[in-house]
Amino acid sequence: MASLLQSRTPGLSFSSSLSSTPVRRPSAFFLKPRSGSRIPVVRAKIREIFMPALSSTMTEGKIVSWIKSEGDVLSKGESVVVVESDKADMDVETFYDGILAAIVINEGETAPVGAAIGILAETEDEIAEAKAKATSQSSLAPAPSTPKVEEPSPAPKLDAPSPAVAAAPAPTAAPSTPGKVVATPFAKKLAKQHKVDIDKLVGTGPFGRITPEDVEKAAGITPASKSNVAAPAAPAASVAPAAVPPKAPSSFPEIPGSTVVPFTTMQTAVSKNMVESLSVPTFRVGYPIATDALDALYEKVKPKGVTMTALLAKSAAMALAQHPVVNATCKDGKSFTYNSSINIAVAVAINGGLITPVLQDADKLDLYLLSQKWKELVEKARAKQLQPNEYNSGTFTLSNLGMFGVDRFDAILPPGQGAIMAVGASKPTVLADKDGFFSVKNKMLVNVTADHRIIYGADLAAFLQTFSKIIENPKSLTM
Amino acid sequence: MQSAISLSLSPSSSITRSDCSVAANAYLCTPRSLRFCGLRRKVFESKSFHSLKVSTRLVPCSRESNFNKVCAALQSNGTPSKGGFDYDLVIIGAGVGGHGAALHAVEKGLKTAIIEGDVIGGTCVNRGCVPSKALLAVSGRMRELQNEHHMKSFGLQVAAAGYDRQGVADHANNLASKIRSNLTNSMKALGVDILTGTGTILGPQKLKFGKGGSGDTFVTAKDIIIATGSVPLVPKGIEVDGKSVITSDHALKLEFVPEWIAIVGSGYIGLEFSDVYTALGSEVTFIEALDQLMPGFDPEIGKLAQRVLINPRKIDYHTGVFASKITPAKDGKPVIIELIDAKTKEPKGTVEVDAALIATGRAPFTQGLGLENINVQTQRGFVPVDERMRVIDANGMLVPHLYCIGDANGKLMLAHAASAQGISVVEQVSGNDHVLNHLSIPAACFTHPEISMVGLTEPQAREKAEKEGFEMSITKTSFKANTKALAENEGEGLAKLIYRPDTGEILGVHIFGMHAADLIHEASNAIAMGTRIQDLKFAVHAHPTLSEVLDELFKSAKVKVNSSSPIAQPVAV
Repeated sequence: MASLLQSRTPGLSFSSSLSSTPVRRPSAFFLKPRSGSRIPVVRAKIREIFMPALSSTMTEGKIVSWIKSEGDVLSKGESVVVVESDKADMDVETFYDGILAAIVINEGETAPVGAAIGILAETEDEIAEAKAKATSQSSLAPAPSTPKVEEPSPAPKLDAPSPAVAAAPAPTAAPSTPGKVVATPFAKKLAKQHKVDIDKLVGTGPFGRITPEDVEKAAGITPASKSNVAAPAAPAASVAPAAVPPKAPSSFPEIPGSTVVPFTTMQTAVSKNMVESLSVPTFRVGYPIATDALDALYEKVKPKGVTMTALLAKSAAMALAQHPVVNATCKDGKSFTYNSSINIAVAVAINGGLITPVLQDADKLDLYLLSQKWKELVEKARAKQLQPNEYNSGTFTLSNLGMFGVDRFDAILPPGQGAIMAVGASKPTVLADKDGFFSVKNKMLVNVTADHRIIYGADLAAFLQTFSKIIENPKSLTM
Repeated sequence: MQSAISLSLSPSSSITRSDCSVAANAYLCTPRSLRFCGLRRKVFESKSFHSLKVSTRLVPCSRESNFNKVCAALQSNGTPSKGGFDYDLVIIGAGVGGHGAALHAVEKGLKTAIIEGDVIGGTCVNRGCVPSKALLAVSGRMRELQNEHHMKSFGLQVAAAGYDRQGVADHANNLASKIRSNLTNSMKALGVDILTGTGTILGPQKLKFGKGGSGDTFVTAKDIIIATGSVPLVPKGIEVDGKSVITSDHALKLEFVPEWIAIVGSGYIGLEFSDVYTALGSEVTFIEALDQLMPGFDPEIGKLAQRVLINPRKIDYHTGVFASKITPAKDGKPVIIELIDAKTKEPKGTVEVDAALIATGRAPFTQGLGLENINVQTQRGFVPVDERMRVIDANGMLVPHLYCIGDANGKLMLAHAASAQGISVVEQVSGNDHVLNHLSIPAACFTHPEISMVGLTEPQAREKAEKEGFEMSITKTSFKANTKALAENEGEGLAKLIYRPDTGEILGVHIFGMHAADLIHEASNAIAMGTRIQDLKFAVHAHPTLSEVLDELFKSAKVKVNSSSPIAQPVAV
């Protein structure tokens, strides 16, 4: 049992007499965090329901199911939602009485710890406001969710004349008046799922009842879609706050015999980051660098446990120290955020996933310490014991495919960083010098992808020049 | 069943062999099968030791396989002991309870008769547990085949699964008749006299049976057991027409699969039928008088079960309402169910469906028993009994030599409970005092996945702990951690242990998950035998099996006493 952490958005206050709403709620007053008085003036509150942290290692949670529906009256201590953490499914209770005004994160979707997953209104009157809030919550993108179920409250209203009896009736309130809507259980479920106002449908089933097909038609789904049962839907690439609505399972032609393997958590994270990266305007600059000196150095320090990764990271860090803008981040599209330390993230492929352990303060540590540190990080990554700050604190990323013989490639800029460097293989190349003499030297191509909102071509060129000087004259690395 | 197989290997005559294997088959449906089979084997073994030549039917009479008794048994099913009675024991009702009592009585050397006015096997075999298991076996497979995601995760490809209603119905019917004939044969094999007709008690130790009227036969018996069972309870205002408004009796025949069916009552029966109907494509609406679905289950298990068995399926529900009136479908109108608030009795609207299944519980069947002849007043139809199943009359006095077991006494309306009560009574009438511990009787609901329980629920245990002033603890394990469950892609499930940390006593165990009904017995046996958790922790479970869920459960319990060594008693070596 965990409890929701809820924020208070102290709302507008309004006065209303209790009798106007049949729901008993007096207890709410006593629970209100800081309403000192118990005057019969109800302070309206709209609260966000947060994704709780159910374990120390939990970073995001999946909504297994909403026990309550939009419009349900909640009382303190009642279970509202079932959240799947990395360990177990847990019922999450509410701290407050109120009405579940809007569900922001739907069943089957995932949200990071602390993100709003639902909106709790204290009174019916605030539902509309809360909904608006919910819409803005998921504003970033289409938010196809809200312009539906205009008024989820008719059910309580129907009951109004009767005294305050009701231990809230069955969730799918029965059509209780004659001339009402008769819809089958599955039709109701579908209507809820696809946000179809079932009251507006005309049933074509026996005795004029609304069938699942009627709802599907209204929702614009081709009835032939799928049979029933299965709906576990591999978590749709998780939640970019308002990701793609579940509606668009784009119609790739089905190739017989194909298998579907859902993403692991790590793959989900990668997928999410990759999609997010599309919102950043990037450009690329390549640079050839002679590596004979570096190779010679490497041969020398290799016995001391220094790796090529450490050499490259150190070189990049030293170059970044001279070009702080390449180590900067554009957080809001309006400003530069200059990072105080140079943390080099290095991409590592790990059984089917990708992780970026971070060499912190790579410019300050010497080569040997850096190599040592790197060894530790790789061990931890293998044992899945990396702490979050050990893989998400990078300010610049290094990706090296040289060891596979790749001569050049193009890296995708991870969100939150200004640039990423893709290092190709070092190969013997015929070079002509300014005097026209040919020689064969080892050369590698590096390619940097950067966020053009903060880093311009000249910045990158200057940075690469510095970087190549360090590589071609690597003595400074060992100093 | 291994013991049953070894039976036929014993050097006995061919007649005996075939008889026994029939009988052994019959035991498949009773919870005590192994024990009986084992016992029979013992008889055979001793027979071969003594080189007894037996060409007629062989009947086990006593644990010692006393030579004389075996011979006596060969002639008939025992001879009535002194007192001039026709029988030592007459059982009214040949359901699972009566059957269990009869078998045990023969084993105890009692001359036994059983009276049945309808079909052998009673509710369980003909209209209850047995045919419903056949339907549930079908629904389980349908569910699996329809679950594309589940199949894909195995790498299996299945084309759209369909079913033939008549085929499904036949399976249920065939199973019932097979078990029924097994049951009948097992009693015939032992020489139990099966008397046909309605049994009526005329006075102490005296009764008659027959079709009523002058053709009745009078018999006397030293002891009488009432085991008349129950019938579906149909509340007032509900008109059962057997077509669109039905009880479990009709539903098990599966004469049609409605598109939309309302199930009144969400207990075991309702829940199992919802599993069957939704698997066959129906949509279901539950109507439950209490405020929550699945009353009677441990609340936590109920909650989980609702998340798995109700919410994702084509089921909705109305709770806190009574079906005050149900009109069958006629004149082109659907079945109309009028709802009223369970507390205030105010109208709560109507529900229109294609069919309604009444699963509100079961009412004892005690009419025509002649209870008035011995001054016994039923309570809501149930025959009042004490903890030894002895019948209590209107003055609160015990009626000598009269017992009542099973649904008719209402203590615990389960087939295996009736049987256990019957065995307990036979023990008593053969001179061994015996009180059945009802808390050790497991119960199961055969949904997919299954639910099972034994002992107290969490609220019950809490109340008891408070009243008696002891500490109570709870521990849980998940099927998600079980290798076998994961191999089956059935990680959904929970096992919950309620216990006393000071003594290691098990108060209750609740399981929701794959094969829960088969898993519970480790716990129920432990309760029955008084085995403590600290000792159970040393028991070994085969790996990988689902039973490790319980293994882990016991191991996760924190008992404060030191474990007593498993070899505390002296052992002959």
